[in-house]
Amino acid sequence: MGFLFKQSAAIESEIDTMLDDITQAALLFHAGVKEYLAGESIAFSERLERVSTIESKVDQSRRDIRNKLYRKMLIPESRGDVLSLLENIDNVVDRTKEVLTEFDVEHPIFPQNLLSNLIKLSEASMNAMENTVLASRAFFKEVYLVQEFVNKTFFYEHEADTIEATIKKEIFSEASTLELAERIQLKRFVEHLASISDEAESVCERISVAAIKRTI
Amino acid sequence: MEEFIILVFLSSGLFLGWSLGANDAANVFGAAVGTKMIKFRTAAIIGSIFVILGAVISGAGASHTLGKLGAVNTLPGAFTVALSAGFTVFWMTRLKLPVSTSQAIVGAIIGWNLFTGNQTDMNSLVKIVLTWIICPLLSAGFSLVFYYIIRFSMKRASIHMIRQDAITRSLLILAGAFGAYSLGANNIANVMGVFIPVSPFGGISFAGGIKLNGVQMLFLLGGLAISAGIITYSKRVMLTISNGIFKLSPITAFIVVLSSSLVLFLFASQGLKDWLITHGLPSLPLVPVSSSQAVVGAVLGIGIAKSARNIDYRIMGRISSGWVMTPIAAGLLSFFLLFVMQNLFLQSV
Repeated sequence: MGFLFKQSAAIESEIDTMLDDITQAALLFHAGVKEYLAGESIAFSERLERVSTIESKVDQSRRDIRNKLYRKMLIPESRGDVLSLLENIDNVVDRTKEVLTEFDVEHPIFPQNLLSNLIKLSEASMNAMENTVLASRAFFKEVYLVQEFVNKTFFYEHEADTIEATIKKEIFSEASTLELAERIQLKRFVEHLASISDEAESVCERISVAAIKRTI
Repeated sequence: MEEFIILVFLSSGLFLGWSLGANDAANVFGAAVGTKMIKFRTAAIIGSIFVILGAVISGAGASHTLGKLGAVNTLPGAFTVALSAGFTVFWMTRLKLPVSTSQAIVGAIIGWNLFTGNQTDMNSLVKIVLTWIICPLLSAGFSLVFYYIIRFSMKRASIHMIRQDAITRSLLILAGAFGAYSLGANNIANVMGVFIPVSPFGGISFAGGIKLNGVQMLFLLGGLAISAGIITYSKRVMLTISNGIFKLSPITAFIVVLSSSLVLFLFASQGLKDWLITHGLPSLPLVPVSSSQAVVGAVLGIGIAKSARNIDYRIMGRISSGWVMTPIAAGLLSFFLLFVMQNLFLQSV
């Protein structure tokens, strides 16, 4: 039995580390977007590099946890839910890396009047992601708190949607002097930024259902 | 030659024991094995050891009540009664009907009483039938209370899911061991009870100062038969039981096993009964009860605690009909086989 508890402690710590890394990725993502919009390209590149490193680490952690859960036959009842949760939250991290990479590749140029809303959008996405991590932690440890964080995630996702719509309207407003190609490119980047919160929302939908199954 | 004949006559009791092990071990370890929390091999080993311990150490209490219902006084009679009960259990299991060994043996003894013209002790019969009603209700009450206690504790303790898994496995093993002990203590009366008045065994001493009297020897043999049933046939039952009247999670499975085992123990332990009486607490008669009914009661308790959302009342109804059918079927079969034994094999029953 002692072995079983030792093994559990090791996997618990791996899950905690993975979730810590995801929070870190959320913070780095927002910081990276702010730096990009401020024109601090060197700082932005460093952030992107760190997000890439974290993304690989999270991938590896997810695989390790999956293998251990299967090999040691742990949590047979909830294994499917846990693996699906870890896989989906990993997708959110993948998305942060993809979005920052898009910025790095395409170097979109945003008009000054959009910047404050773009930062707000990035912040809403970061908040949605952070609350998804909190919901995941609660799912593992304090299942009755899950709904609180899920609701917060939904709130930030809605915020992100609203800001996204506002920015798009500004991009396509008659006052704008942008070319159509630029407008389409910027619209895509706005959608990229909002997609993080969409991914977070989808993870929370799953956590919400899995949490109901977990309550005894 | 005489030993061989004794063994032949005891074989029906051993068969009944085997049937009990094959079926009722699933009540103790079914959900744990079905949900893959415990390997079948672990469950079989623990179940076998503790069922024998329960039978030998605490099996005497419930046997007295059964003896009062009808003291079958010949070996061929005891053989036929046990065979009728065993065959009823086996046959109803094959037909996938819910069945209780306790009810089968009571029905078979009443069949013997009717055949031989012995008076059925109505006091004992009423006590036994009342127990059958109280047993699932008590079990439901226990599981309801345990459910709320565990839910409250889990909320307070905030244990990580992975650690909770390890704790639940340990608890399922402990509850399973207790359940197997209680099953042996309570249900050995069903398996070997009818043979007590005609027991061929004397006492025996083992190395280390362990002494077993004749009845305990009989119970040891019955316990071994139950273990054989667990090892050879219970896996299939265990793997299907988790899809029964209510889908159990590992934690609710623990509550069910704990509650039903406690009920079986309450109806079996002379020591506990004496302790309760000494402390001025209400005690229960020592009567063999059905572990299946105790489990159904416990599952119902969980269902009530969870607002009865997922209970399959159709299966519940089918189980209840089995409770009525079992003693009637065993009684009729016992009467018929006693007739055959007396008139065809010319044995005194």
